[in-house]
Amino acid sequence: MAKLVRTDEEALLAEAARGFLDGAAPVSRLRNMRDSGETADPGLWKAMVEMGWAGILVPEAAGGSDMGHAAACVLAGEMGKTLASSPFISTAVIAATALRQVSDRRATEALGRIAAGQATYALAVDEGAKFDPANTRMEARADGNGFRLNGEKRFVVDGGNADRLLVLARTGNGLTLFDIPSGREGVSRERRATIDSRDTADIRFDEVVATGEDVLGQVDDAMTVLKPALEAGQAALAAEMAGLAAGAFGMTVEYLKERKQFGVPIGAFQALQHRAAHLWCECEVTASAIMHAGRMLDDDPGNASLAVSLAKARATDTAQRAVQEGVQMHGGIGMTDAFDMGFYMKRARVAAEWLGDYGYHANIVAQARGF
Amino acid sequence: MEATEPEAFRGELRAWLEDNCPDEMRDGRNDEASICWGGKNWKFASDAQRTWLERCVTKGYTVPTWPVEYGGAGLNREQEKIFHDEMRRLNARYPLQSFGIWMLGPALLHFGTHEQKKHYLPPIARGEVRWCQGYSEPGAGSDLASLQTRCEDKGDHWLVNGQKIWTSYADKADWIFALVRTDRDAPKHKGISFVLIDMQSDGVSTRPIKLISGVSPFCETFFDHVKVPKDLVVGEVNRGWDVAKYLLTHEREMISAAGGTMGAGRPLGAVLADSETGLTDPVLRADAMRAEIDGLAVGLTLERYKDQAEAGQGAGDASAMLKYMGTELNKRRLELVMAAGGSDALGWDDDRAPNWLRTKANSIEGGTSEVMLSIISKRVLGLPG
Ligand SMILES: Cc1cc2nc3c(=O)[nH]c(=O)nc-3n(C[C@H](O)[C@H](O)[C@H](O)COP(=O)(O)OP(=O)(O)OC[C@H]3O[C@@H](n4cnc5c(N)ncnc54)[C@H](O)[C@@H]3O)c2cc1C
Repeated sequence: MAKLVRTDEEALLAEAARGFLDGAAPVSRLRNMRDSGETADPGLWKAMVEMGWAGILVPEAAGGSDMGHAAACVLAGEMGKTLASSPFISTAVIAATALRQVSDRRATEALGRIAAGQATYALAVDEGAKFDPANTRMEARADGNGFRLNGEKRFVVDGGNADRLLVLARTGNGLTLFDIPSGREGVSRERRATIDSRDTADIRFDEVVATGEDVLGQVDDAMTVLKPALEAGQAALAAEMAGLAAGAFGMTVEYLKERKQFGVPIGAFQALQHRAAHLWCECEVTASAIMHAGRMLDDDPGNASLAVSLAKARATDTAQRAVQEGVQMHGGIGMTDAFDMGFYMKRARVAAEWLGDYGYHANIVAQARGF
Repeated sequence: MEATEPEAFRGELRAWLEDNCPDEMRDGRNDEASICWGGKNWKFASDAQRTWLERCVTKGYTVPTWPVEYGGAGLNREQEKIFHDEMRRLNARYPLQSFGIWMLGPALLHFGTHEQKKHYLPPIARGEVRWCQGYSEPGAGSDLASLQTRCEDKGDHWLVNGQKIWTSYADKADWIFALVRTDRDAPKHKGISFVLIDMQSDGVSTRPIKLISGVSPFCETFFDHVKVPKDLVVGEVNRGWDVAKYLLTHEREMISAAGGTMGAGRPLGAVLADSETGLTDPVLRADAMRAEIDGLAVGLTLERYKDQAEAGQGAGDASAMLKYMGTELNKRRLELVMAAGGSDALGWDDDRAPNWLRTKANSIEGGTSEVMLSIISKRVLGLPG
């Protein structure tokens, strides 16, 4: 097993990311975006592209830096700390990983466009209230040489603004993954305001034409392409949530040192000290699971499912604990919209659901561990 | 070279273990009745236990990471991981466990003089001398630094008077490493020394105390005008607190490993499935899944901290986290084992009840969970007070 210590390269990447994000994307940036009624922040994404982040999983030959999943998790973690809002996970992690499973010229060009910031993606999988790709019902009916897509996808994260959609649909003998432009005829998108102020959409497909060219990987075999992509996304999202937890926790510890009641800083009360210490322990333990998931995806991607689900389950749990304690230990001010903790809480709730909730991932761990 | 070397080591080790580990030692047991503690008065439970120890001693595998000159195998971190992997693969019992290995050894390696290391480490590695730990006193538990056992300089020897309590296996141990007060006027942390005392010395006596688990007695230990040679202080006189703290971090990592490696070792699902009702109860199953997830993550955290230590980033006060999380988890696991076992687990005729009861001490011994949380809040988080 690869070492669970940050490499020098990863440490530098984290430092550079922190420096950039503190300047360009403090929580106030998300707040401003929300206040102006927007769900996306193209300017921030453009700056991330210029930092080379869009190409972190893109091969060097296609214009990326190919730094790997552990590095992508480092970036996602830093983004999580200040809730930077971008299509990074959808595009640079999920779509790039899916495209890398296919080694044709088209896929290589698409990877190049991701790295260059010329295309953003969203993953359209969910149809019900819970993540459940295996039970996809949306149909791609064979029609001549191609397909007709009919149905509705829900909770398509980044789907309101993405240039392209990865759509999972049922074909003759299984599931197939399509890669189509979001502007194709018959696609109608309805933006849904989720509580975290970020981009999601419900998307209807009405006799949408797809050709063999639009299929990513093989017909009836979506999972060869999609499974690694989902795992990459789940790990990065877990990293974002762990970063979110660390961000919320950091604010809380600062407040414990600063806020005075009964003539002393509230952090002098052992009841709060021990809760804060416990939360720190949870964050540390989750950080290990995240690092492990990144290492497994880089070193042994065919066997990373357990590590990824462990990371997502732990991160979900820790992030929710961190935001709940965060609000409670701030007292009244924690409940106000003017204070940032609420943004953390709402993002944690949305991220908890995206790409599989605690129970979904707990079941994968349980199966892998012989329950 | 780099890629093949660890694999070559693994191959050799695997072959050696296959050839040398007696079949009876391949049941992975780690309960009180199966552990080999060693010591002058040790009675081997079986020929296999003796053979296994003797063979491991020749290879240094009782203390795989210690330098070869002190009885170890000099393994580096990567080889150590492989060693534990391969032991687990064979479900092999550890050939020897002891406070000497877990606690005194690391402290001597760090603070001891060359003579002290040469003299005290190899007998630990060979399982010939058994040590116990004399830290706690009736008035000094969590507030350990308030300890009162007196140690006076009598010119050509030290004179020790006082009482220790909760001294695990004091009645079976050959030697004790103890914290004593050598300066009664200094601030409480600054007048403590770390001394080694032969339990055969005149004036040392013990009285066993029984645990709720019915086994593994610990003792009250009394020192009545005990003479101790001058060269048996480890580290500087009055600086014993440094040694004590260093040793405690090792003790804490060792105790926390119980939770972590069990998580990484035998899956909780498999453990619970052994019981008659197994995992059919959805509530129990859900709790067990959570415990398994947390156990795996705590196990990874132990690995991560070891990797960091190897990279020169010592855990320091953060080892309190490993101790706290590992022990609380272990208690949770055994609660689940009891719940899954139902009335089958309520007798004294199998290990479950004693093991379950014994885990309750995990979050007390070596510093309580509350003390661990206080260490983290003050020294890691920098909270006031
Ligand atoms: C099985 C077992 C084996 C042991 N083996 C050894 C051994 O070999 N050698 C040895 O020296 N000792 C040994 N110990 C002793 C152990 O280290 C002590 O029991 C432990 O340090 C706690 O001290 P105490 O028992 O005096 O409890 P106390 O310190 O009296 O604590 C009682 C309760 O008060 C809490 N508490 C205390 N101070 C604070 C505070 N500041 N803030 C919040 N809560 C607080 C504690 O967490 C605990 O819940 C052993 C103990 C057990 C149970």
